[in-house]
Amino acid sequence: MNTLTATDNWPEIKAAAEAALPADVIAHIASIAGTDHPESHLIAILHMVQAHTGWLSQAQMEAVAQLAQIPLAKVTGVATFYHYFRLQPRGRHMINVCLGTACYVKGADKISQRLMDDLGIQFGETTKDGMFSLESTRCLGTCGLAPVVMVDETIHGPVTPGEVSVILEKYMKKDKVAAKV
Amino acid sequence: MSQTQESPMTETMINLTLDGQPLQVPKGTTVLHAAEKLGIHIPRLCYHPKLSLEGACRICVVEVEGFSSFLTACSHEVWEGMSVQTNSPEIRLARRDIVELLLDNHPMDCQTCDRDGQCELQRQAYRLGVRERHFEGKRKRHAIDDSSASVVRNPEKCILCGRCIRVCEEVQGVQNLSQQGRGFETVVGPANLGPMDESACIQCGQCINVCPTAAFLEKDHTERVWEALAQPRDVKHLVVQPAPSIRAAIGECFGMPIGTPVTGKLITALRRLGFDAVFDTNFGADLTIIEEANEFLKRMGGGGPLPMLTSCSPGWVSFLEKFYPELIPNTSTCKSPMSMLSTLAKTYYAEKKGFRPDQVYMVGIMPCVAKKFEAGRPEHAMEDGTPYTDAVLTTRELAWMIKSYGIDFVNLPDGEFDRPLGISSGAADIFGSTGGVMEAALRTAAVKLTGEELGPLVFEEVRGVTGIKEATITLAGTEINVAVSNGLINAKELLERVKHSGKQYHLIEIMACPGGCVAGGGQPYPPFSMDVLDPELPRLRARALYEIDSHKQLRRSHENPGIEHLYSEFLGEPNGEKAHHLLHTHYQARLPRGIK
Repeated sequence: MNTLTATDNWPEIKAAAEAALPADVIAHIASIAGTDHPESHLIAILHMVQAHTGWLSQAQMEAVAQLAQIPLAKVTGVATFYHYFRLQPRGRHMINVCLGTACYVKGADKISQRLMDDLGIQFGETTKDGMFSLESTRCLGTCGLAPVVMVDETIHGPVTPGEVSVILEKYMKKDKVAAKV
Repeated sequence: MSQTQESPMTETMINLTLDGQPLQVPKGTTVLHAAEKLGIHIPRLCYHPKLSLEGACRICVVEVEGFSSFLTACSHEVWEGMSVQTNSPEIRLARRDIVELLLDNHPMDCQTCDRDGQCELQRQAYRLGVRERHFEGKRKRHAIDDSSASVVRNPEKCILCGRCIRVCEEVQGVQNLSQQGRGFETVVGPANLGPMDESACIQCGQCINVCPTAAFLEKDHTERVWEALAQPRDVKHLVVQPAPSIRAAIGECFGMPIGTPVTGKLITALRRLGFDAVFDTNFGADLTIIEEANEFLKRMGGGGPLPMLTSCSPGWVSFLEKFYPELIPNTSTCKSPMSMLSTLAKTYYAEKKGFRPDQVYMVGIMPCVAKKFEAGRPEHAMEDGTPYTDAVLTTRELAWMIKSYGIDFVNLPDGEFDRPLGISSGAADIFGSTGGVMEAALRTAAVKLTGEELGPLVFEEVRGVTGIKEATITLAGTEINVAVSNGLINAKELLERVKHSGKQYHLIEIMACPGGCVAGGGQPYPPFSMDVLDPELPRLRARALYEIDSHKQLRRSHENPGIEHLYSEFLGEPNGEKAHHLLHTHYQARLPRGIK
């Protein structure tokens, strides 16, 4: 009969992919295998992965591609298209600058620039020490305090560019104290 | 009415008015195709008749009565009573604005662009009347990715039409490209915009062929060839070998009709450029058949494994290594005709002429961009690392060199290949077409199996540009199940069939490009009147090859006297130790693993 043997690297690739993903994601991918359009589950799978680790690593996306048999270019295409997916680890503190209309006319662009300068990162990035991630957001519903910056669950406002470093220092101090304890 | 609907023989016809003319077309016809019935060519960029609909570029917009906004002609089917206007001042303005906006985000460097004169964007800009710039805005800036040995990706030239994404997925089954990012930042490329060299790309170059601009191009080797040609002759001895498909296509670059065989002019042009010896990849093809037929008969005789898969197409070999590594033991270990001939040029020929191997500079003229990758593989180098093939020019690159030199190709006298590595049989010529390697192998296998000198010569069953062909050939009472595929999406289907059908296959020919090498990723861009994936293109070019074959005295590879001489003087036995050392290779699973 048609002989098919030996040089297959699939077992290693499968094992490496399974090692990169949480068990429930592997089980979910297995449950959709053989269905008509496995690629239609891609966004749901990526959400599951991100729920575990807070972001999508290259290794995780490669693992999803192999286990779900969806081309990696499509996986990263989807992950880079949707704003919700994070391609960098999340910092310990999430900074969200409101770019809604009210905040914007009140100078949110200057606040954003100051944050980027002070942190040395752009929107969507995380500082090297893993402390802060910087994101932008639309209206937070606190226009009376515009311009506002939300750090984790706390709203700060109205914020002036000069106050940016004060806010950041507060969180850095808090972390230092927590580390000592 | 109900009767016509039930009858599969009669198509339902739709009546519409197009530019004031009444028109009747079958149901399901798009506005774009309906207009073609009246001889009106609606401009298009993202649309390609052999690929799925994209509807991205919007330059095919038309006015339809009852609609306040324009509709795209490529994606709307006609309906009863539809009234379409394909040209009006408003439509012309809309189309012109769309192209102007594309140009605004495009490097305006037509004069120095490789695609000048053959660029669809440039052509549409002129045709739609873009004469000045009305929009000035931010332009995207991206680095060129030249990490691949074969395919260069230049995102600044990309207009996001998505043809490359579709050809890579729908014709080649590789699925290496996709849109990455969003909005103004969108870039077409491999996963995460990583280097092409580390992607699932199998270097076939079909993205180059379908690209309307120059966002994909072959890796340039002309510079190194010009430099080699300028070397003193006691330093470098320049040897060149054109593949079978070049002679069937290069004439197109000089205005000759598609499918004009130009072997003699090609040889003379290569001599005018300054090559010292003009050999023929066909000799390598004949040699491949001897080695491959012997390997096949050995496998048939119990050595297995079967089926045996051919290994001439480097795009297919990369696909094998990335997508089907489990089939490596089934794949013939024979080097490709190019690599066999290059090996002989630096061993047999160099010895005979008294050259050191590194004095010989070997240039392959190939219809293929993947051959550039093959030439650089360490398996195709001498022990000291000298590659057997120093440069690979595509048909397009050679045509440009001939023009650049100022050679009047069309009026050149016919030349002849140098001996001994320029002698070939007709079986070698047909290697350029899908099914050609199979037919060449069967011609020789038939003689070996039947012991009759005049075995069957023409195997119609394996000819033609159909994606997958299967046949059972009976030779000396032995039934041989063969299959042939072209376009890797068809290879996928065929290989899955082989795995799951339970039928014993014996010999399978796989070529990466749709139609075979004649429609390879390095072949001339067809004229604007023809679409690059039109099967008529490989059919016409292949016809030239079958014609050359039919006029040759020698039709079977083993009849080639040069081959016979080579074995007795240098190689020993077919599949023997020396032949194995020089003419065979090996494969390995490569990452990233492709998605089947």
